[in-house]
Amino acid sequence: MSALLRVEKMTHRFGGLRAVSDFNVEVPEGAIYGLIGPNGSGKTTTFNLITGIYVPSEGKVLFEGKEITGKKPFKIVQSGVARTFQNLRIFGSLSVLDNIKVAHHFRTKTGFFRSVLRTPGFKREEIAVREEAMSLLTLMRLEGRAKEQAKNLPYGELRRLEIARALATKPKLLLLDEPAAGMNPKEVHELMELIVRVRDEFKVTIFLIEHHMKVVKGICERVKVIDFGETIAEGNPDEVCRDPKVLEAYLGKRGA
Amino acid sequence: MTGFRIPKLTLSALALFAVVEGLARAGVLNGYIVHIVNLSLIYVILAVSLNLINGITGQFSLGHMGFAAVGAYVSGTVTSIVFKLQPDSTIGYAVFIAAIVLGGLAAAVVGFLIGFPSLRLKGDYLAIVTLGFGEIIRTILNNIPFVGGPRGLLGIPKFSNFGVILVATLLALIVIRNLIESSPGRAMLAIRENELAAELVGVDTTKYKVLAFMVGAFFAGVAGGLLAHLLQIAHPTQFGFMGSVLVLIMVYAGGVGSLTGSVIGAFALTFLSEGLRLVIDVVAETTKLPIGGEWRMVVYAVLLIVIMLYRTEGLMGTRESRIITLEEAGK
Repeated sequence: MSALLRVEKMTHRFGGLRAVSDFNVEVPEGAIYGLIGPNGSGKTTTFNLITGIYVPSEGKVLFEGKEITGKKPFKIVQSGVARTFQNLRIFGSLSVLDNIKVAHHFRTKTGFFRSVLRTPGFKREEIAVREEAMSLLTLMRLEGRAKEQAKNLPYGELRRLEIARALATKPKLLLLDEPAAGMNPKEVHELMELIVRVRDEFKVTIFLIEHHMKVVKGICERVKVIDFGETIAEGNPDEVCRDPKVLEAYLGKRGA
Repeated sequence: MTGFRIPKLTLSALALFAVVEGLARAGVLNGYIVHIVNLSLIYVILAVSLNLINGITGQFSLGHMGFAAVGAYVSGTVTSIVFKLQPDSTIGYAVFIAAIVLGGLAAAVVGFLIGFPSLRLKGDYLAIVTLGFGEIIRTILNNIPFVGGPRGLLGIPKFSNFGVILVATLLALIVIRNLIESSPGRAMLAIRENELAAELVGVDTTKYKVLAFMVGAFFAGVAGGLLAHLLQIAHPTQFGFMGSVLVLIMVYAGGVGSLTGSVIGAFALTFLSEGLRLVIDVVAETTKLPIGGEWRMVVYAVLLIVIMLYRTEGLMGTRESRIITLEEAGK
């Protein structure tokens, strides 16, 4: 298996604070790879560095063997890396369907003039985009919500909408930032099935941040644990959970 | 598909044309009322184009009249020169149309120039930069003797009439509506909703913000050109900060993000500000109170406060009339 995403010696400082320190990872194609760690350990910052929201102070990010460090976020998305957010970032007053359509935007060919003139090509493309968007919504069991304003959806459905929107960019790598946050046990169970299904049906590799150990143990093939920006353990979920350093990071030192 | 139908928006414009033109010919509407209708339509173009920038794309521009000034002065200069050389020009109208488009394009270029550096700013900061930009344009115009300096650009032929202005308004509405209900338009809406998320579903946010500024500036330039050829003068004070604020109020009172709202806002506030003149006169007459025309703005301001208190989202919110919207293309 070749590495789809490869991060080499990535470090990021906010002023004097090292938020991420010497981070290395190789996410193989087709994997479900987990990134865990206590609050404030630098997990989301790591995702922000990979997706171009921040530019790393040092180190490299390689996607499919090509360097993407320092590229603009929308370019990185267009090359095949999509993500969701820990705090949902939905286009609230757009319809559920339009939320998905926006993610098709960069692949559509109709620019300003064809849109204004409503050429036949424009109409064909709109129909195609609509059909694709609807099939994604159906997969996420959101087809009945297509016309609703996104902000009116309940939390669990918003999480699914965000995953659908990320998939609409047709990524090869999907970064999920705490997808199970705020979900009840039933929803968590469904989410786990969904993630596995998405990986298999869309042939995407998944790199996810999660606090729910049940999710991590249930679906991740490999996990990396970070604390204060430093990698403290790596391996399969069961090994990692027994690692004394990991226990210490989460529970504190015995007797302390 | 149910055969050929005249689009609803065009039909409404035709109806408006028939009513206004008919009543004017019959002598029911005097020239003054027709003039106010013309002004309202020009304000519709300004409000709708500002709405594309502020309401649809979620940027905050306070310099919209600067773009209108560029359009007014460019088109006015072209037609007044041609008119001076050939007063009985048979190609007059063609020159006028070309000059209006040229004015719009010049404004779009300025929109690009201002848009590019300032779009790194957000919200209040962008507002301040665009405000400054509007004032710079006005000050420059004030100091160029070739276009009349503080005296204004005089001798612009009167080419604007109800028909021309109505067609321009209709075109502005169609273009901006079609743009919004398309892939580039959805990209703009996404920027308004959440810029970072837009960027992370692959939207080139800078490109679409600049596009919104350019299209908005183009139509503001067209509106400025039409205004100059209606009043036969382009004057720096017409295009000052207060003018931009007035357009902004029309957008907000009508509903940010609603084209229908901008149309209603432009008509309502133009008619209100003129109509209050009459009302104040009548009130002063009957009550013998020592109030004059200046009270007009007080009442006007109070009405705006009432609208914003009771309908914070504007008259229309983000809803659209079915006259303006298209049926979804992908159905």
